[in-house]
Amino acid sequence: MHLSTRSIHSGNSKDPLTGAVIPPLYLSSTFAPDGDFSQARFDYSRSGNPTRACLETTLAALEEGCGALAFSSGMAAIHCALQLLKTGEHVLASSDIYGGTYRILHKILSRVGIETTLVQMNDLAAVRAAIRPNTRILWAENPGNPLLSLVDIEAIAELAHEHGALLAVDNTFATPVATQALTLGADIVMHSATKFLGGHSDLLGGALIVKDPALLKELYFIQNATGAVMAPFDAFLCSRGIKTLELRFREQCKSALWIAQYLVHHPAVSRVYYPGLPDHPQHALAQKQLRGYYGAVVSFELDADFAAAQAFVSHTKLFQRAVSVGAVESLIEQPASMSHASYDRQDRLKAGIHDGLIRLSVGLEHVHDLLADLQQAFHHFNGSEKRELASSTAELPLSTHAH
Amino acid sequence: MSQEASLSTLVVHAGEAREKSDFAIVDPIHCASTFTFADTAAIISMLENEGLAERDEYARYSSPNIRTVEKKLAQLEGTADALLCTTGMSALTLLFWSHLRPGDHLLYFDRCYHRTRQFCSDYLEQFGVRCEAIPTGDFAALEAATNAKTKLIFTELPTNPHLDVIDLERLCSFARAKGIKTCIDTTLASPINVRPAEWGADFILHSATKYLGGHNDLLAGVLAASVEDLAPVRKLQGISGAIAAPHTAYLLQRGLKTLALRIAQQNRSGQRVAEFLAQHPRVEKVYYPGLETHPSYALARRFLSGFGGLISFELKTDRKGASRFVDAVRIPRIGPSLGGVESLIEQPAIMSFYRASEAERRRWDISDSLVRLALGIEDSEDLIADLEQALATI
Repeated sequence: MHLSTRSIHSGNSKDPLTGAVIPPLYLSSTFAPDGDFSQARFDYSRSGNPTRACLETTLAALEEGCGALAFSSGMAAIHCALQLLKTGEHVLASSDIYGGTYRILHKILSRVGIETTLVQMNDLAAVRAAIRPNTRILWAENPGNPLLSLVDIEAIAELAHEHGALLAVDNTFATPVATQALTLGADIVMHSATKFLGGHSDLLGGALIVKDPALLKELYFIQNATGAVMAPFDAFLCSRGIKTLELRFREQCKSALWIAQYLVHHPAVSRVYYPGLPDHPQHALAQKQLRGYYGAVVSFELDADFAAAQAFVSHTKLFQRAVSVGAVESLIEQPASMSHASYDRQDRLKAGIHDGLIRLSVGLEHVHDLLADLQQAFHHFNGSEKRELASSTAELPLSTHAH
Repeated sequence: MSQEASLSTLVVHAGEAREKSDFAIVDPIHCASTFTFADTAAIISMLENEGLAERDEYARYSSPNIRTVEKKLAQLEGTADALLCTTGMSALTLLFWSHLRPGDHLLYFDRCYHRTRQFCSDYLEQFGVRCEAIPTGDFAALEAATNAKTKLIFTELPTNPHLDVIDLERLCSFARAKGIKTCIDTTLASPINVRPAEWGADFILHSATKYLGGHNDLLAGVLAASVEDLAPVRKLQGISGAIAAPHTAYLLQRGLKTLALRIAQQNRSGQRVAEFLAQHPRVEKVYYPGLETHPSYALARRFLSGFGGLISFELKTDRKGASRFVDAVRIPRIGPSLGGVESLIEQPAIMSFYRASEAERRRWDISDSLVRLALGIEDSEDLIADLEQALATI
């Protein structure tokens, strides 16, 4: 079955008791099963909840895993995966990763003697050189946040396995619509379900999906022991959101590509980061690994200092100034002051996340309305910078939206 | 949100405050049953500005989530106002109760939901409102039946389950010239495919349970119209208490955000599946307004920008053969309703018309082998493959 069909039906079988087409929402914190208590599928909601289980079944089906675990947030999912590590072990992470991931590696795991090295993961020789005998996990984002760099998952997985390490891929930005990382060799796929999976900016969630039952069991043990599970209400909303995932993501990718093309020609923009652009350094890999879905996130370098970039993100009207990505509403932010503010400045600049960098998350609004919004923000910016702009949405391809 | 914004932008943003409470990007769900006042002067100010004050008093009259989704719906329909109701039938009955009086005359095109006909004949008539059914699309009969007491003309567009489309422009201009109000139920089309207000309709009715909600997880109805036309309906709702729950309003608002996308997919998929069925040797006849063979094809092309996800078709088999087919499909679930992301299938002779007499079924063209397929947003190749294997079983 196609992904769009699975996203609607896997895990969402009708309720056998009532025939309800939508599985009921179980808020129950505890269960009183008949018979042998130790054999009950559900006994206490931290250990398992029917509504969460529906979502986990869907997630496993979408990512081609043997099972999935849903968490209270993406960070909770990351923390669970990183709790596979023991003192003295080592993590290799790509250099442009989410600020929160950076923080948990450098400020939390470091306290218990787990060391992290950041490396440009698109450079295989550099990765090979950075792997140590005690490297247990390689952590990559597909694509990276906020610079949309790509890691060759197949190649990195092979390298990780050669050294007895696991490859974990944060697939939040690509979604299973673009990439099913487990089929490319990754051992763990992680999602911030808050983003594209939920898709409506109204839930917090995270997920881990794996293909090895033994690894699933180990992660489940950690999740159950530490307790950062997704709430049933959020699981219900997330399942509801996933039903339109493919439609939403496809539309968002289409709009994002047009916006990226518009930005490329803008005189106030010195660089655009988008894997769908032919001049993206890994465009060929993107075509293969993202299967033509280049994502809804577009980052660009504005010819501006910290303050001017900060001002720019306050002048859009449809793009709302907020962190997070992947929802129906378009968002804009300055990574240096917002999503990646938890980086040490030096590491941030080294990773190429400059003060003038702007990150867009393209939502479901009509692309012409979004372009008009960017245009007026540039005019405002231009007014303060006294620059000449000659950009128009008229030269863009006509919309193929419903309206 | 400006009216010039595209529908796909409107579904996301229309009706919503740009800055919401606590700067949250989505509206909070207000479960409050009552709303408080700073002082006596605030109460007086609200009462003096009835209908203008953007605030709530008691949740049976209005509450914040309902007001927000009503604004969004009104902008999508291009009307000044919209009223959220508990169900589509609640919207319809509130309209009829509030706008019709003893002695008034209601005209409706007869191929409408059987509960609508039942409400008119079994209830409204008892209160002295004369309800007259007109063969769907028969304008000569409609004009002949119209008199000085005629207050309202009601029709579905398209109709269910045969998907007939009537001449919307002709209906609205005729009614307007006579000072008669019109109500068009466009549940099956949604505002993405037709906006009757653009043709001069007074009331637009929806079962929001269907495409508008879109996820088979809420019940709601909508009536969109001018502020003046809705005022008596709103008043009756406040008195009689059939108001939607805040949770429902929120889920509806959330569902509307993907309305344009979902409908675009259902339009595409509907056309493909209808064409597949039309050429299949075991299919007798397909009712889909996007097919040239449909009697309403020309009108559908004129009034609808897409033909939706509902397809009815007759199989070359008997009642039992059609049931075998329905039981053999794997993706669509068997059940009533339509417009959600999950496909649903039913055999009207066994579902809505099970207790109807044979004469009645013949009267409404509900043949034994008629199947109604309400497409969701699954991949159309998967749906076609599924129908193909099920057709092999009859």
